[in-house]
Amino acid sequence: MLRFALGGLAANKVRSALTMLGVLIGVASVILLLAVGNGSSQAVKDSITSLGTNSLTVSSTNLRGSATAARKLTVDDAKALAGATDAPSIKSVAPVVTTTATALYGNISYTPGSIVGTYPAYFETANQKVVQGDYFSNDDVLNSRKVAVIGSTTAKQLFDTEDPVGKRIVLGGTPFTVVGVLATKGSTGFNDPDDVVIAPLPTVQNAFTGFGSVSQILVQADSADATTAAQSDITRILMGTHAITDPGKVDFRVSNQASLLTARESTSKTFTVLLGAVAAISLLVGGIGITNIMLVTVTERTREIGIRKALGAPKAVILGQFLTESTLLSVLGAGLGVVAGIVGSRFSIVGIKPVVIPQSVLGAFAIAVAIGLFFGSYPANRAASLRPIDALRHE
Amino acid sequence: MTARQLPAQQQPAQQRSARQPAAQQPPVIQIRHLTKAYGHGDATVHALRGPLAPGTGEPEGVSLDVEQGDYVAVMGSSGSGKSTLMNILGCLDVPTAGRYLLDGIDVGHLDEQQLSLVRNRKIGFIFQSFNLVPRTTALAQVELPLAYAGVRAAERRRRALAALSLVGLSERAGHRPNELSGGQQQRVAVARALVTAPAMLLADEPTGNLDSRSTRDVLAIIDDLNASGRTVVLITHEDEVAEHAKRVLRLVDGQIVSDVRQAPVDGPPPALRALAGARP
Ligand SMILES: Nc1ncnc2c1ncn2[C@@H]1O[C@H](COP(=O)(O)OP(=O)(O)OP(=O)(O)O)[C@@H](O)[C@H]1O
Ligand SMILES: [Mg+2]
Repeated sequence: MLRFALGGLAANKVRSALTMLGVLIGVASVILLLAVGNGSSQAVKDSITSLGTNSLTVSSTNLRGSATAARKLTVDDAKALAGATDAPSIKSVAPVVTTTATALYGNISYTPGSIVGTYPAYFETANQKVVQGDYFSNDDVLNSRKVAVIGSTTAKQLFDTEDPVGKRIVLGGTPFTVVGVLATKGSTGFNDPDDVVIAPLPTVQNAFTGFGSVSQILVQADSADATTAAQSDITRILMGTHAITDPGKVDFRVSNQASLLTARESTSKTFTVLLGAVAAISLLVGGIGITNIMLVTVTERTREIGIRKALGAPKAVILGQFLTESTLLSVLGAGLGVVAGIVGSRFSIVGIKPVVIPQSVLGAFAIAVAIGLFFGSYPANRAASLRPIDALRHE
Repeated sequence: MTARQLPAQQQPAQQRSARQPAAQQPPVIQIRHLTKAYGHGDATVHALRGPLAPGTGEPEGVSLDVEQGDYVAVMGSSGSGKSTLMNILGCLDVPTAGRYLLDGIDVGHLDEQQLSLVRNRKIGFIFQSFNLVPRTTALAQVELPLAYAGVRAAERRRRALAALSLVGLSERAGHRPNELSGGQQQRVAVARALVTAPAMLLADEPTGNLDSRSTRDVLAIIDDLNASGRTVVLITHEDEVAEHAKRVLRLVDGQIVSDVRQAPVDGPPPALRALAGARP
């Protein structure tokens, strides 16, 4: 039977190949598009964890149309947050100032993406880990020591293969001792999180920004679940220090990185579903292609069916022959589609590394074969039900 | 010719029954009041009608008995209903009314599955035009009915080759229909019809498209088959072909108008008898 079916397919090589191509494209696109969608949501998930799921950022806002000039965030605000006894959801607080300056090491000059002045709590809150050397300590902060932890990109630019720990670099005229190098986070977008120099807050304020306001206050909540509680605690405390009574007129904003990214993740889920739908449609079109070809084949071979029936071919045999043919088409097409999909997902597409979902491979294959059976069964059944004389008389 | 040996080894039962007196056997074909009409209303064509019933004026239908081992030629002008009758006899078409008993079994009561068995086991059909399966070698064509009968591959091949050598086409076994001449194609069709050793061979103008030499070849094979006990019904337009038969029916407008016996049922077909007479 398989030999008959193969013969039938071989009799029309181009037609069979094109039909298989339809199924191939359907299956490959299901696998590939779902892999791309999956890859992008994986990337979002990774960047959530790299940012720290329970970190909150407080930044100041200039309320438009507000009569009173907005108060900037200060170290005192941070101290108020850290010292609050009635806010158990707040684990740690790190005021942050950012600036830029050119770094010199020997005769190498390089401008890192940013220079951050902060407290040691920053490292944990922002999920920055030191892989070489050590973090700077609270003692370094209290004594305004000129020490710095540098990101891996910065380290590469300034020191190349040298060990940066213990070396001195000059930042905007002030010499700093490098005490640690951060683990590489990898670029997720336009800015490189590894192109950074982190130093104690008072040191940076003293050398660059002055002792006025801070750019941000980074707060770490007790846990990912406590972020909402922490958010309201922060708002309450800062409204106190800023002497604001109307919640509509706050001059700062507490943003939750995790929720921002959750939103982005759900967007990418929608994206995946859409991609999947497009792919499913192409799979369906491939299935309709099979029906079409089988209908043509059946019509073309109606006389042959009549002869076979006149020779005593039972209905089941004719049915089996055409079903085998259409299933063979879909199995071969789907098999090649799986190969194409998996090979295709080895390349990164529009900056996204596709991650193949094993279920999608099995699913697409199974669906394609089922479609072959289902769509093939109509023409096959039509062929097998013909009365021999009607089939023989067929023009 | 090996014609007389082949069926003997294939179906000994058949051979035995052929030797028994015909009178003890029920007719292989019994049709009673068979009619076939195409279309509806005014456009109805009565392809088979038989005599009109005296009272009502309605077609009464065709009735006919064919004995085991008979050799019947059906003649008649074009459109007289010969093919219609033949298709019903071959279980390829169903009559509008009437009964058809094949070997005493009412074919009208059989389902699709049983009908395909009947076509496969009891009937060998040769079509008006060659009707070979395209892109299939002569050997595979002849193997087809055996494959549907569930014969094992080796046995199938052996019997198909024997049938092909019977029609003188052993060396053409690997050829496809488009590589065979018309006469060769028709002989492949004959080989395919006889390979299952059916009790009944139905041939619709088997020589209609053949030259006189090919006609003689094909008829010689059919004569041999009849001599070995097969019932043969064939349609023809040519008197020379009809002379080979033991009995000649004439159809006019779906009605049997004459029924002439040329030779006894249990004797050899006329052509072989003449041959035997010429060379004692
Ligand atoms: N499928 C059909 N639909 C309608 N009419 C049909 C059909 N088949 C046959 N007929 C009609 O039935 C009549 C008998 O046809 P049939 O094929 O039996 O003729 P025939 O005796 O075999 O003729 P020929 O010698 O030309 O083969 C014809 O008038 C034909 O037009
Ligand atoms: Mg005819």
